[in-house]
Amino acid sequence: MAEKETNYTQTELLATVAGRLLEDKKSVFVGTGLPMIATMFAQRTHAPKLLIFFEAGSMGPQVPVLPISVGDSRTFYKAIAASSMHDSMSLTQAGYMDYGFLGAAQIDIYGNINTTVIGPYDNFKVRLPGSGGANDVGSLCQKTIVIMRQDKLRFVEKVDFITTPGYLSGKGAREEAGLPEGGGPYRIITQLGVYGFDDKTKKMKLLFLHPGVNLEKVKENSSFDIIIPDKIEFTTPPTEKERKILHEIDPTGMAIGK
Amino acid sequence: MEVLQEGKGELIGWHDPDENRKWILENKSRDLKDKRTTVREAVEKYVKNGSFIAMGGFGHIRVSMAVIYEIIRQKKRNLIFAGKTAVHDSDLLIASDCVSKIEVAYAFGHELRGLSPASRRLVEERKCKVIAEISNAGYQWRFLAAMMGVPFIPTRNLLGTDTLKQSSAKVVKDPFSKKPICLVPACYPDVVVMHVPRCDMYGNAQIDGIIIEDFELSRAGRRVIMTTEKIIDNDEIREKPWLTVIPFFLVDAVIEVPYGSHPCNMPYKYYFDEEHIGEWLEMSRTPEGVNKYFEKYVYSVEKFEDYLELIGGQKKLKYLEDVEHLKAKLKAPWLERKRKR
Repeated sequence: MAEKETNYTQTELLATVAGRLLEDKKSVFVGTGLPMIATMFAQRTHAPKLLIFFEAGSMGPQVPVLPISVGDSRTFYKAIAASSMHDSMSLTQAGYMDYGFLGAAQIDIYGNINTTVIGPYDNFKVRLPGSGGANDVGSLCQKTIVIMRQDKLRFVEKVDFITTPGYLSGKGAREEAGLPEGGGPYRIITQLGVYGFDDKTKKMKLLFLHPGVNLEKVKENSSFDIIIPDKIEFTTPPTEKERKILHEIDPTGMAIGK
Repeated sequence: MEVLQEGKGELIGWHDPDENRKWILENKSRDLKDKRTTVREAVEKYVKNGSFIAMGGFGHIRVSMAVIYEIIRQKKRNLIFAGKTAVHDSDLLIASDCVSKIEVAYAFGHELRGLSPASRRLVEERKCKVIAEISNAGYQWRFLAAMMGVPFIPTRNLLGTDTLKQSSAKVVKDPFSKKPICLVPACYPDVVVMHVPRCDMYGNAQIDGIIIEDFELSRAGRRVIMTTEKIIDNDEIREKPWLTVIPFFLVDAVIEVPYGSHPCNMPYKYYFDEEHIGEWLEMSRTPEGVNKYFEKYVYSVEKFEDYLELIGGQKKLKYLEDVEHLKAKLKAPWLERKRKR
C-alpha cells in the first residue's frame, strides 16, 4: 500500500486502473462513459500516442472534454479523420483494433455480456438499450476491456441474454462460431478488483484486488466461482496529480463524479 | 451454401434486388429539379401510416428533429422504426404512439444521461414491440448491402450470440474460408430523414464532421427527406464536388430549417441542449408529463421558429453555439438529478 493517503473515490480508482491498461502506440475503440475517461486519461499520461477510435467515425482525436455521446462533436476534436461508421467498423473487422473498451449491465463466467433484457427474452422484465456497438467491439477487437459494477445480480453464472460475445461456452468456442481468431475479453474492472481469464478454461480469474478489498468481498459479490490465484496483488490508487487530470477531463463530473 | 443458423427476428425492409432496381428505375427521378418544400408537405407526402423509417445522424447528433416533431404533429401511426443508434428520435416517436414496432441496435437509452423513461415504459408494457435485434455495425452493413444492390453482406460480428438468434441474419459456411460467416440482409427503409449543414435546392448535400451512416443510408432509403441548416447555391457545390456526400438524385424533398436538429448536437454549429433534453427526461417519467410536453412543444406549435422561441430563443441558441465552440460551460440539469438518485 502506498504510504501517501489520497482521498480518491471508487470511480476515480476505476478510471485510473482502466486507463493504465492501455498501451502507448496501440489502438482502442471506445464506448460511452468511464471507458472514455480512462482512454482520455491514458492519452494525457503514459500513452500520448494512443490511437483512439469512436464507432460513429472519429479517428485519432485529441478529445478536449468528456463527450456525452460516442458521436458528438467532442469525439472528433483535432482528429486525424472524421470518417464513417462503416470505416471504423470495417477497420476493426480487418484487424486494426488492439483494444475495445465497454461498459456492461451483466456478465458471466466466460465474459459474455448482456445489455439487452433482464429476464427471458420472450417474457422480459426489464428492457435495456441492446447491443449498440458492443457486439461489434466484443466480436471484432483483439482484446476487450470491460468496466462495470460488480454484485451478485451482475456477476451471474449465465447471462439472461448474450448480447456481446465473451468466450461463449469456453476455450475455442469463439473461433468455432466463426469469430475472428484470438479475440475476446481481456480484463474486467469492477469496484472490487481486476479480473482476467484462465488460459485453459477461459473462465474468469481474479488478478488484482483494489486496496482495502478482501477475497470475501469478491466472493460475496459474484454468483459464480471466480478462480482465485495463490498470490494476490493490489492495484495502485490514483495520485493527487492523476485525480486532477480526471477532473480536467470531466469538469462537470458527468461520469467521474464531483 | 450450407445454412448453419437462422435468426428468428422479423426481416424488415428487405426487397429482392431486382424488385428494388425496378422500383428505383420507375420512381427515382434523375432530373436536376428544385425540391424545396415544407416539412409539413414532405411528411404528408412521404410518411404513411405503417411506413418503415430511419433517421440519419447518430443518437442525439445531427438528427432532423423538425421532421420528428412534424410526424408527431400529424399523428402518424404504426410506423416501424430503425433503432440504429436511436435515442431522442425513437423515444419521442414511441412516446407519442407514432411508432409501434422497432428493430433495435440501440434504443430506450440516452447514453450517459441514463435510460429513456417513456419508451422503456411503453416497451415494457408491450405497447411497442421489438421485432428484431442487431448491432450498430450490423445495421450499418444492412444499409451497405442495400446501397450496393445486393441481397446481403457477409460479416464477422454477431456470431455465437443471442443478438444473432433474435436478428434477421443468417449464418452460413463461407465457401472460401470454410468458416461460419454471418449474412446480414439488405435493408431499404421506406423513408430516410436527414439533417445536414448545407445543401442546394436540388438536394446535393455536404456534411461537416463524421458522416456516420449517412452515406450508405441515403443510398439505401427509397425516399429521402432532407432538412438543412442552410440552402446554398449549386455553384458552391460544383466548386468543391469532393465535399458532396449525398447527390441530388437520392433526395426527394429539401427544406431549410435553421437549428432544425435542436435539442441535438449539430457539429461545428451548436451543442446538445441538455436543459431541454433534461426537461423531456423529467417530464417523460409519467404519461401525463409526456402529454404535457407534446402539447407545449409540438401540438400547439405552428412553425419551427415558434418552437425555437419556446426553448429560449436567440439567447439560448447563442449559448448552445458557445458550448459547441468550448466557449461556455455545459449546463446539464439531469446530472444533478442523476447524482441524487
